[in-house]
Amino acid sequence: MQITVTVNGQPHSVDVAPNRLLVDLLREDLKLTGTHLGCDTSQCGACMVLLNGDAVKSCTLLAVQLDGASVTTIEGLADGETLSPVQEAFRDAHGLQCGFCTPGMVISITDLLAKNPHPSEDEIRHWLEGNICRCTGYQNIVKAAQLAATKQAASA
Amino acid sequence: MYDFDYAKPQSLQEAQDLVGEDKKLLAGGQTYLPTLRQRLAMPEMLIDLNAIDVLKGICEADARVSIGAMTRHAEVAASALVQKMVPGLATLAGGIGDPAVRHRGTLGGSLANNDPSACYPAAALALNATIHTSKRSLEANDFFQGLFTTALDEDEIISHVTFPAAPCAYMKFKQPASGFALAGVFVCRLEGSFRLAVTGAGQDGVFRWSQAEDALNADASFRDFKALELEPDMIEDMHADADYRRNLVQVATQRVVQALAQL
Ligand SMILES: Cc1cc2nc3c(=O)[nH]c(=O)nc-3n(C[C@H](O)[C@H](O)[C@H](O)COP(=O)(O)OP(=O)(O)OC[C@H]3O[C@@H](n4cnc5c(N)ncnc54)[C@H](O)[C@@H]3O)c2cc1C
Ligand code: FES
Ligand code: FES
Repeated sequence: MQITVTVNGQPHSVDVAPNRLLVDLLREDLKLTGTHLGCDTSQCGACMVLLNGDAVKSCTLLAVQLDGASVTTIEGLADGETLSPVQEAFRDAHGLQCGFCTPGMVISITDLLAKNPHPSEDEIRHWLEGNICRCTGYQNIVKAAQLAATKQAASA
Repeated sequence: MYDFDYAKPQSLQEAQDLVGEDKKLLAGGQTYLPTLRQRLAMPEMLIDLNAIDVLKGICEADARVSIGAMTRHAEVAASALVQKMVPGLATLAGGIGDPAVRHRGTLGGSLANNDPSACYPAAALALNATIHTSKRSLEANDFFQGLFTTALDEDEIISHVTFPAAPCAYMKFKQPASGFALAGVFVCRLEGSFRLAVTGAGQDGVFRWSQAEDALNADASFRDFKALELEPDMIEDMHADADYRRNLVQVATQRVVQALAQL
């Protein structure tokens, strides 16, 4: 089926089979491999992208459903060489180890800070319930979210 | 995933004309798409309800809150109207899964699926919500019919659900990986009487705990729920055996009844 979807500001007209997942459209057809596929059960959050601004799991959406929609992936957050505040905070707070969960974490926290610019530690931890990390123990991920919130407040 | 056809009807009538034995509805997809990925179902066609605007949104009607079947969990959680009129329902919706699940998952999908560990069935049953479909209106009392089974016909579409305004509260012990209820209890006071529904625990899905309701109706300050009989067979799985689950139901009931008293 022919669909038009805007990915990171760029419209794409693509022909997709109804059973193609959004994550496969992104990774295989559009070669945007920053979005990761980590599980078969919609539980890990590695595949999160922003759909019309909300964090969603791209493994749990069909590509055909996205006709006319706007998607932002991890590749769409930086402005050229300038990292987004959340990306920068992950680097500065050492918010990643292997990096597998990181794209989903960054997308998820980007969504959180857009809706709640001053989250408490508790709110951050609850928000991240759908993002599993097997390396960090979450401490520095939470710190990165806090650092990004502080930076965004300072630059606003 | 097996191959299937896909349709995105713009009206309820169009969806109604399509739906049938092997032509299945797709709402938030948070249950059905993982099912398809695991090849546990093989529909001929998916009928995506996401473009049908009349199925979305929340409004007040005759001292009840009416919620469209395609309303997302996140929207129910954030609704000032729901928070005011049916507070426990807002708490419940805000605790489903995680933010990404709440951004897609819908009320209609959750009720139609009737997962024994899902949250919404407990609220619908305790409040005796009215489930409006493309064919008729059903009371929640008659809607849930055991594990993943409801009164819905194969070609019946939930359009909206109305909940009475009532003081109410929900609490669950979560299965940590998914957030589904290991034991979840919804309690409300409806026309003066307590009604209490339990999810996550019963082998036949959501149920009303009548002994607890009777005890509360006799004495609203009753709290010794561990002394009461809990009849249904409990789910036993890797997360919790039957005795542990029974205990979680009793503790959740104590806490949620206390929370209701403090509203
Ligand atoms: C990681 C994860 C965690 C979760 N945690 C929880 C939790 O804590 N608590 C909880 O309650 N749930 C939880 N869920 C389930 C979630 O709430 C689902 O969104 C919900 O159960 C199904 O709703 P859906 O809109 O996604 O429906 P879909 O998956 O699209 O559909 C489910 C079923 O309902 C049918 N259906 C859908 N809409 C209608 C309609 N209007 N009329 C008739 N039939 C219809 C479909 O044909 C399908 O059979 C979780 C899911 C995931 C992936
Ligand atoms: S790959 Fe989507 S949630 Fe795990
Ligand atoms: S950094 Fe390795 S999974 Fe999170």
